[in-house]
Amino acid sequence: MNIVVCIKQVPDTTEVKINPQTGTLIREGVPSIMNPDDKGGLEFALQLKDKYGAHVTVITMGLPQAEAILREALAMGVDRAILLTDRKLGGADTLATSSAIAGALRTMDVDLIVTGRQAIDGDTAQVGPQIAEHLDLPQVSYMEDLLYNEATKTFTIRKQLEDGYQVLEMQAPCVVTALASAVQPRYMSVSGIVDAFDKEVEVWGADRINVPDEEIGKAGSPTSVFKSFPKQLKPAGQTFEVSPEEAVELIVNKLKEKHII
Amino acid sequence: MDFSYTKQEELFLQMIREFAEKEVKPLAAEVDEEERFPEETVAKMAKIGLMGIPVPKQYGGAGGTNLMYGMAVEELSRVCATTGVILSAHTSLCVAPIMENGTEEQKQRYLPKLASGEWIGAFGLTEPNAGTDAAGQQTTAVLDGDEWVLNGSKIFITNGSYAHVFIVIAMTDKSLGTKGISAFIVEKTDPGFSIGKKEKKMGIRGSATTELIFEDCRIPKDRQLGQLGKGFGLAMKTLDGGRIGIACQALGIAQGAMDETVKYTKERKQFGRSIAQFQNTQFQMADLETKVQAARLLCRSAHYKKDHGIPYSADAAMAKLFSAETAMEVTTKAVQFHGGYGYTREYPVERMMRDAKITEIYEGTSEVQRMVIAGKLFK
Amino acid sequence: MNLTDYKDVYVFAEQREGKLQNVALELLGKARELADANQEKVVAMLLGKDIKGLAPTLIEHGADRVMVVDHDLLKDYMTEPYTEAITAIIESEKPSIMLIGATTIGRDLGPRVSARNRTGLTADATKLEISDDEAHEFRMTRPAFGGNLMATILCKNHRPQMSTVRPGVMQKMAADKGRKGEVVDFKVNFDEKKIARVKLVKTVKEEKTVADISEAKILVSGGRGVGTKDGFGKLQALAAELGGEVSSSRAMVDAGVMDASRQVGQTGKTVRPALYMACGISGAIQHLAGMEESELIIAINKDKFAPIFQVADLGIVGDLHKIVPMLTERLKTMQK
Repeated sequence: MNIVVCIKQVPDTTEVKINPQTGTLIREGVPSIMNPDDKGGLEFALQLKDKYGAHVTVITMGLPQAEAILREALAMGVDRAILLTDRKLGGADTLATSSAIAGALRTMDVDLIVTGRQAIDGDTAQVGPQIAEHLDLPQVSYMEDLLYNEATKTFTIRKQLEDGYQVLEMQAPCVVTALASAVQPRYMSVSGIVDAFDKEVEVWGADRINVPDEEIGKAGSPTSVFKSFPKQLKPAGQTFEVSPEEAVELIVNKLKEKHII
Repeated sequence: MDFSYTKQEELFLQMIREFAEKEVKPLAAEVDEEERFPEETVAKMAKIGLMGIPVPKQYGGAGGTNLMYGMAVEELSRVCATTGVILSAHTSLCVAPIMENGTEEQKQRYLPKLASGEWIGAFGLTEPNAGTDAAGQQTTAVLDGDEWVLNGSKIFITNGSYAHVFIVIAMTDKSLGTKGISAFIVEKTDPGFSIGKKEKKMGIRGSATTELIFEDCRIPKDRQLGQLGKGFGLAMKTLDGGRIGIACQALGIAQGAMDETVKYTKERKQFGRSIAQFQNTQFQMADLETKVQAARLLCRSAHYKKDHGIPYSADAAMAKLFSAETAMEVTTKAVQFHGGYGYTREYPVERMMRDAKITEIYEGTSEVQRMVIAGKLFK
Repeated sequence: MNLTDYKDVYVFAEQREGKLQNVALELLGKARELADANQEKVVAMLLGKDIKGLAPTLIEHGADRVMVVDHDLLKDYMTEPYTEAITAIIESEKPSIMLIGATTIGRDLGPRVSARNRTGLTADATKLEISDDEAHEFRMTRPAFGGNLMATILCKNHRPQMSTVRPGVMQKMAADKGRKGEVVDFKVNFDEKKIARVKLVKTVKEEKTVADISEAKILVSGGRGVGTKDGFGKLQALAAELGGEVSSSRAMVDAGVMDASRQVGQTGKTVRPALYMACGISGAIQHLAGMEESELIIAINKDKFAPIFQVADLGIVGDLHKIVPMLTERLKTMQK
């Protein structure tokens, strides 16, 4: 079984701060990490490797420094790492990003493609399903668990819903998008870290993926950012010293106003 | 040496910090309060290869460096000094002497199990009447046919009741003084070997510090470690390495107390502003930060020398002396910055201050470190 | 692509087991506003099996037209048949704007549809507007970077301009029983071979017992002022009524009243629920650090100088032991 896990390097948004004057992100000093849902997906892939001897590849699209998360993935136990990096790929929205990654995946022999449900910097949850669409593969998103049936080459997937879950069966080759909360990713092992720097990280440019220029990068992006600004800080609230009856009214009205009830 | 972390060390730091935060820190107060050896944590450490960091791959280790091992002790101690010393005693005092002095058979038998964490290691040198003056060993080992017979006792042994393998120093020929001292490998199942009382300690209360008792303890002849009569030198060299481990433990404790104090002084408001805004706080903290960083460089330079086969005995002594005294100073001041809260168990600095004290005492007191440093200076 | 060929605002009317989801009606409310700004129509896309009966509700809440795709393959939500149906509507009707609820279904369907039709999709918008300048641009605003930053997105040269929208953000219109609209049956030729690649084995509903307070959307939190386990019973009743969880300050954990897993604050968990009701919590800095990012904070405390009021959106100086049970009763009667 060949598995490719798509991972992304993201700023740790719990540590992101906004410059209140300019409304821009202060990226300085913010650590870059492997996107948590992607790491969850990687753990699922590594579990399939442990169980069935699957060959696991990770691929990321990004700037050259994204190599760090590929080394991390190698230290966790993956077999192959690919960095897709090219100026032509810059400025891409989700559609152009998924086109480029799908282009890279098209050159490989894959049974299962794993992505995270969404990245913490964008929270769009779009790239996984869009990759599946470009490759004309079936996909299940919000994966909490999966089992592989070797005889039928199918995956049995548990998909999270707001109020429960579904169990679905999907034929390989296919795409799943994984939830970080569903699994505890393994730590890099010490020997994995020692070896990670002896292995090769393949660097691919846009010429390797055979996707028309008008479908990648800024040119291939239907959406554009008109403006960005910091979230408005909420004004200080009011405090009332009233009878319990009036207090209940005030609270109920507030809950209604905010659509809580 | 290069003063910045290599990419490999950065990745290692990322892993060990996450591990310490998620797996070790949540248990630190409980392990201290209940004086409980954190077996579950050690099992997790074993799983990712932390119990065999500098052990070569051919013996089942991770094939890492002593620098990495020191970083691990520091980062673990930053959140829990108990966990730090468990790793330090195991690696520096048991794994290292076998790696450095063991026969091929001994290495094959012990290193894979120690490196995988299936077995935990310990080291027995100190006796009721042989502490700083380690030459006054009263535990004896006598050859009887194909077996050594050990009699006597060892005290203050870290990992004692949880260890499977012990490096034990004993007198083989009293008439020769320190040249009559030899080292042995004892397994916990050996006949005549038992664990004595467990100490109730001020700090590092989760580490199992016990007495080892040898009553006609019989071990095969081939358990002798290193040459006959060379045990004293082996012990001293082992302690040289161990001192860097303890220096890293002290450094971790100091860094942990710095982290807590920075966080607290930024939040705690008195007279209408955070106490971090007072110059008294800033100047004192700046001095402490400088010392912590200096301690780190001493630790790193000592491990660097060990990794590169450069003599490091005095470097280890300086690293331990300075790191331990820095840990004591930082934690004492951290409690002061926390005020009344710092004296309670609600904040971890109270524990850190108790934990710091031992680093000035074990594996050679600060006085011994000064003797070692002066010995090199005036030789 | 000739942009002027595309018109009207389309809403995916999400239903589950024949029950319209709230978000569908919320989107119709917003769609109405957007369509009116451009003198266009609001069209609801209703997909499922035997769901035509839901069409009048959609019209009452703002739809001018309901396109019903009724088919066995659409009984339960599945990615491929739903994508094919929506794509068929796009190809036939050429919508200008398409809104989909940002539910697990909408966030699965949206990207698949956008990629099949090679158009843009904005995720989880919280604000949608037509610019009041001459361009009449459709502007979609959404949070990014963990909510630290807001970004306004345009989809200038591709149609439809798609967006998923967070549930609970837009306002639905009051139902107008007299509203008129047309109901159209729309036929789709499904690619059954493609659809057969994924099979639904079962759907399981579960009551989620959110032991992890950091995941809860509503928290009713108690402090020293709650006093005893009995006091917490009152909070529990309110939490149950609101569909939330109870949490607590450190004082109550130390007192053995609450489990440490429910502690909010510096030594406990950091929470960011939609509603944080602080009852009898004074608001020590260590506590505030763990909850001040909550979207709505309501505080009840006897001490009018309690620091919790500094961060509360609504502060009530009063006795929680009286107010909380009264509020619970009030919510109960509202439910009926």
